[in-house]
Amino acid sequence: MSKKLLLKDAHIEGIRHFDVYRQQGGYGAVEKALKMSPEEIVEEVKTSGLRGRGGAGFPTGLKWSFLAKPEGVARYLVVNADESEPGTFKDRYLMEFLPHLLIEGMIISSFALGANTGYIYIRGEYSWIPDILEEAIEEARANGFLGKDILGTGFDCEIYVQRGAGAYICGEETALLESLEGKRGNPRLKPPFPAVKGLWESPTVVNNVETIAAVVPIINITGSEYAKIGVGKSTGTKLISACGNINKPGVYEIDMTITVEEFIYSDEYCGGIPNGKKLKACIPGGSSVPVLPANLLLKTINGEPRLMNYESLADGGFATGTMMGSGGFEVLDEDQCIVEHTMTLARFYAHESCGQCTPCREGTPWMYKILKKINSGMGSMSDIDLLWDIQRKIEGNTICPLGDAAAWPVAAAIRHFRDEFEWHVNNPELCLAQNYGLARYADPIPAPAANA
Amino acid sequence: MSETLAFKPETLDQVHKIMRRYPEGKQKSALIPVLHIAQKEFGGWLDVPVMDYVAEVLAIKPIEVYEVATFYTMFNMKPVGKYVLEVCRTGPCMVKGSEKILDHIRHTLNIKDGETTADGMFTLKPAECLGACGYAPMMQLGKFYHENLTIEKVDEILELCRQGQAILD
Ligand SMILES: Cc1cc2nc3c(=O)[nH]c(=O)nc-3n(C[C@H](O)[C@H](O)[C@H](O)COP(=O)(O)O)c2cc1C
Ligand code: SF4
Ligand code: FES
Repeated sequence: MSKKLLLKDAHIEGIRHFDVYRQQGGYGAVEKALKMSPEEIVEEVKTSGLRGRGGAGFPTGLKWSFLAKPEGVARYLVVNADESEPGTFKDRYLMEFLPHLLIEGMIISSFALGANTGYIYIRGEYSWIPDILEEAIEEARANGFLGKDILGTGFDCEIYVQRGAGAYICGEETALLESLEGKRGNPRLKPPFPAVKGLWESPTVVNNVETIAAVVPIINITGSEYAKIGVGKSTGTKLISACGNINKPGVYEIDMTITVEEFIYSDEYCGGIPNGKKLKACIPGGSSVPVLPANLLLKTINGEPRLMNYESLADGGFATGTMMGSGGFEVLDEDQCIVEHTMTLARFYAHESCGQCTPCREGTPWMYKILKKINSGMGSMSDIDLLWDIQRKIEGNTICPLGDAAAWPVAAAIRHFRDEFEWHVNNPELCLAQNYGLARYADPIPAPAANA
Repeated sequence: MSETLAFKPETLDQVHKIMRRYPEGKQKSALIPVLHIAQKEFGGWLDVPVMDYVAEVLAIKPIEVYEVATFYTMFNMKPVGKYVLEVCRTGPCMVKGSEKILDHIRHTLNIKDGETTADGMFTLKPAECLGACGYAPMMQLGKFYHENLTIEKVDEILELCRQGQAILD
């Protein structure tokens, strides 16, 4: 059994409400933290080794220590609940079932950062969740954990929920801040970083929902105990949202020592692939991270079992590895067409580009167009090379990482499944008939014998 | 739209409450939340007079509202049907058959993507990942998600809409 720090109480009836949450020891971490100094809390988070759960994996304690603290200027904590990366639905789960965990984490983090106001920026489509969060906020206030002079410590804290309105780019932290200021979600040039000039030009920390929730167990069990869970620089537990061709899609909390194979095939997690199909490929960290064919997914190029953590998933770089990303884990079985799948992702990025940078604005729809052409059997061999060239020219040449995020899936698909692109070029009639029989990856890995 | 465009008093209270979430002078931050409210109150889309009214309420320039309203996909720039069916079709949903769901709706309602049925009942809006990938295929209708869709489930939902019994809010 994996150790559960975040979801341990998720299935308790009524845990959404203050009284039940409190009975399970909820808000104990606030009581403990408000007796500590803000510096001590930051130190605990540093010791814990917690890395940002929004995708980039930047050490949270370090990020907090960069926050500028000019006299007389307000500081802000902004929680990134934009969650729009295809394959990712873990923050939704946390907020729907454990709203108080997020609120509790925000109170502690605000205290540590010297922020008296926090905003939860949530994607507009999650339109029933703000009600859940606002109810939790009211309950916390009614019980003296929000508002003025919390627990008689003199610390004031307010939390507001702000809805977005349908724009993936608003998950990028500076675009999020623009959106929160009532503008288009155009990412800002960095520097200045939000830690110096963020919301309304004030010092601001932007963290993912799961990151802030993880602060609660860190305070409860101490940073050093948290750091003992997991392996290497992948400390603590991670939420994985699993989807695609698996028997048990859903949100799982893992400690980052299990193998990818165990995650896919064990009944504790995904429960294997339906209908005895073979594993073809997987995108383990949200649509932006490179897709891996089954053989490279289950074992690194050195033949070691690949583990579900930051280092192991990235082992081999982009040549033979991928990334942990947001923890959006999508499994593709032998029947899935990589070209078509990549095409939907290219369409997604083309739709979501904010349009500020030429390579991203022009390159993303161009990639979609070519992929659509190849997918429908009208592509040529030179289109595959053109696609490769376009993604190369986007990567690294844009204001924000959306450009890279759009380039990587295309690059990885061509890198690992070029034969499948070529098959489409060579079999136009079969493409039109949507018969991908021959497009199956030459060598999908069979399900392991110990399929349990 | 009548010339005396105005929020209902209780809506205006709600708007003022939202404006108080931000520091003095930063009321523009309320723009997106207020546009959501305006779209809901004034017929499901944002006509120019509606946007001008929102600008007036927030004491910002109309252009500041237009540029935001046109940026975000949840704001409709033209009239939509009473029921807007937003079917996700990104990778994880595609793998689980979202195209079949889309095709079924296109056929049943005899409309193309982005179109509204002649009776003004339904609009079909293909969507990109809505964060329900594990419960695919899915669609959003009003405030809620309908997940693990099958053709039969879609038919049931359409029928509930026709009978005016689908829950949107
Ligand atoms: C295009 C794009 C979309 C992003 N979307 C999200 C998101 O939905 N949620 C999130 O937490 N971080 C997202 N990020 C990462 C944020 O910019 C930022 O790094 C993160 O919120 C920091 O929080 P963390 O350190 O706790 O991970 C996105 C980044 C990019 C470039
Ligand atoms: S990379 Fe794309 S999304 Fe990011 S700022 Fe440039 S155009 Fe906008
Ligand atoms: S891909 Fe459809 S909800 Fe994520």
